[in-house]
Parts: sequence; structure tokens; C-alpha cells
Amino acid sequence: MEDNAFCVALSLLVSLDAALFQIVVLSLKVSLMAVLIAAVLGFPLGAAVALWRFPGRGGVIVVLNALMGLPPVVAGLVVYLLLSRAGPLGELGFLFTPGAMVIAQVVLVLPILAALSRQKIEEMLGEYREQFISLGMSRARMMPTLLWDARFALLTVLLAGFGRASAEVGAVMMVGGNIDGVTRVMTTAIVLETGKGNLPLALGLGLVLLTLVMLINAGAYLVGEVTKRRLG
Amino acid sequence: MRKTFKLMLAVVAAMSLTLSAYAADYITLASTTSTENSGLFDAVLPKFTDATGIEVRVVAVGTGQAFEIARRGDADSLLVHDTAGEQRFVENGYASERADVMYNDFVLIGPASDPANIRTAENAAEAFSAIAKAEAPFASRGDDSGTNRAELRRWESAGVEPDGDWYRELGSGMGPTLNTAAAMDAYVMSDRATWVAFGNRQNLTLLFEGDKVLFNQYGSLLLSEEKHPHLKHDLAKQWHNWLLSEEGQQAIADFHVDGQQLFFPNAK
Repeated sequence: MEDNAFCVALSLLVSLDAALFQIVVLSLKVSLMAVLIAAVLGFPLGAAVALWRFPGRGGVIVVLNALMGLPPVVAGLVVYLLLSRAGPLGELGFLFTPGAMVIAQVVLVLPILAALSRQKIEEMLGEYREQFISLGMSRARMMPTLLWDARFALLTVLLAGFGRASAEVGAVMMVGGNIDGVTRVMTTAIVLETGKGNLPLALGLGLVLLTLVMLINAGAYLVGEVTKRRLG
Repeated sequence: MRKTFKLMLAVVAAMSLTLSAYAADYITLASTTSTENSGLFDAVLPKFTDATGIEVRVVAVGTGQAFEIARRGDADSLLVHDTAGEQRFVENGYASERADVMYNDFVLIGPASDPANIRTAENAAEAFSAIAKAEAPFASRGDDSGTNRAELRRWESAGVEPDGDWYRELGSGMGPTLNTAAAMDAYVMSDRATWVAFGNRQNLTLLFEGDKVLFNQYGSLLLSEEKHPHLKHDLAKQWHNWLLSEEGQQAIADFHVDGQQLFFPNAK
């Protein structure tokens, strides 16, 4: 217990432990892919709900907002039941693979991206409406313009989604199974080491995860600032 | 905008390729946290893979959940420790064969001060009733795992209904339960392997061991080909047979933590 978590984290990073490296890479792959898929689906969905008026629209907004609070373990359970051999998508043999983890994280992240982008786009629509009308633009034509002009705000939304994906453990544990070398990611490794009573190592892994998330956020911030400046 | 969208799609497609690349010959084994947490699989699985070229992917959960995973057809093989439950699994047609693989034992862990004085107990029943009588905090797995089921049987044979503030059902794995017990100075029943490999003991110490009712048998099951024809039965059979072979049994016997053997092979 003399080991300090900071020292453990540091030595883990410095030694570039092969097993840790694999875990880190898988964590990033799974979460980034989940966020990208969720963005491809969620941003247009959010924009569509912002643009069109249809019966039950209020209900859709409430559901999207509520699903932002979906407990990861519930998302995991639902995806588990879908992908299990006894479930409707069992034939795919997806359970206990990284693909299953991506699906579970998409379920978690999609409502965040859709709900937050819906709100942002709706605000912008208020500012742009008269211009759009004077140009005689259809709603379908407004969507790409609004999404593009909201890109900096949407980048922050993307990061919120990534934060949710990389931080959760309940869903990936359930559908991935925390298999060594196959589906073990940072968060499930932390749970495992805590279970073994290796608390300094568990905390060290936590610090490594935190550092990674921080780097990604810093990178996104820089990209945003540079582009903003270039556009004046 | 459209470019960004296309770029995103391309990245997703590229990443899904790297994610879906996996070994052709592998089985998924549903097993217990005790076998995984003690490091047994790290020692034994490479030997099996060397001998057969088959990779074994372990999903380590409580025995109750492991049964459920196998029942739904989500694992190719099963290695658990609840002999009665395993026999029921065979009777219900989910498994075609069950075999003893190895054993170790359960031990009673508690605070070094030992408020219920179980150190001097003659047998397990006496130790368990001493804890109940003293109403000393006891941390139970409470998760329908093999260890949890074994613990409940010990209360039953001690003639005690574990109930009250002192009996705390945690609903978590062996490791987390030991962590919690360490934090609240509670008694806890653990399998020996997890205890020996456990790193956060604080005040906890081994207080009672050696009664033969604390015997902990592990069994390997061959799952039913009729119920789940899609499983990799051929590969799973090779794993099952290897575990029972001289080579597999030796690999289990060779596994030590701190110079202590944690699992004792006993295939017939």
C-alpha cells in the first residue's frame, strides 16, 4: 500500500506497458467510434426535430432529454438482451466483442448529441429565420447550413458525448464481458483491479484515463480556436 | 458540411474494420471471478493455447450469472463452482456432461480483533453461529454466486437465520466484498484463491479454515448441442478434455501465488 497512485500512473505511462497500451487503444477506438456513429445519426436527428413541426414533437423532445440520463447499466442490459443468442439479433454473434460495446455506447451517446444539438439548432433558427425566408429556402436546405454554422457548439456537444462514452463502465462490462486482450477497456480494467484489491493500480489507471480525456479535450479546444481565428 | 459527413463515415468504416479483426479459433468461457481474480487463467490458458492453437476468452462473472449466460447460448463452455447447481443444469438439459476439475476451500476472514471469537471454533457451524450470536458485522456476497450459495448453506447447517443489521448483503463480487468488509471490519467468507491474491486486506485476517464442509469444488460443463447448435462444441470439447488431462491438471497444480498452491486438481 506504500505505492502512491500518482507514481503508479506515471510509471504506467512511462513504461508504455504493452497490455496497458492495448487497453488504452481499445478504449479510444470504441468510444471514438461510438461518438462518430452517434454524431452521424444524432446531429441530423436533432436538427430535424428543431426544424420540422409535427404531432408529438414535444414528446420526442422530452424523451430525448430524458434519455440523456439513461443509466449505462440499463443500456447495457437492453443491448445484451438484443445481442444475446436467445435475443432477436443473436445470429450476428456480436455479444462479447468490441462491436457490441460500440453499439451500447451509441445508445448512451445518441440522446445527448440529438438533444443538445436540437436545442442549439433551434436557437440559431430563431436568429436565421428571416434570412432563410427571404431566400426562400426549404427546411431541408436549412439543415446543412444550420449544422455547419453551429459546428463550434456541436464540437462541445461531441466532447460531452465522448466524455459519457469513455467514462461509463456498466454497459461495456455487460456486453463486452471485460475479456482480457479482447474487450477490456480502461474502465473495466479499473473495476477489475479494484476487485483484486490493487487500489493504487486501479487509481493509477484512473489517472491515465483522466489524462487521456484531458488531452482529447485540449486537442479539440485547440482545433476550435485555430479554425475560429482563421475564419476571423 | 457534406465533406465532414463523408469523412466521418469513412472513419467509422475504417475503424469498424480494425475492430472486427479477431482470431478465428477461440471459445468464450463463462467462469467465476475467483478463477480470474486469482490469476489462474493467466497461468493456465497460455499452455492450452500453445498445445491446441485455441484461444480462450474468459467472461468472469458470478456463478449465477455464468449459468444464465450459458443458458442463453452466449458462451461455448462453463467452468463454475456450485456442484448442486451444475447437476441441475445437466438435468435440465442445458449441459450434456459435467466433470470435477479442481478444488480449493472457503475460509472465514474477519477483523484481527475477532469480536465473535471464531478462531477457537471447533467447526464451521460453531464459527457461523458465534458470528450470529455476537451480531458481529458479516459481509455477504448476496449475488447468487457459487460462494454466496455455499455461504447460505453454512448458515442453514449452523441453524441460524442470517437476518438483522449485522448481516449485510452487498450484491457484489468477491473482491469488492472483501474491500467493503475491510472498510467495515466485517466477517466474510471467501474462496481461498481470491483471499490469497487480494491486495487490500487492512485489518482483515484469516480466522477459520479446515472444516471439510468448506470444500469448494470446481466443475467444467459441456453445453448441450441440441439446445445450442451454433456453439463451438468441437473446440469447447478440446478445452474440457484438456482440463481433465494430465497436462491440464498439472498446469493447475503448478499455479502458485506467494509460494502457495491455490487450486488442487481432482479430475477422475
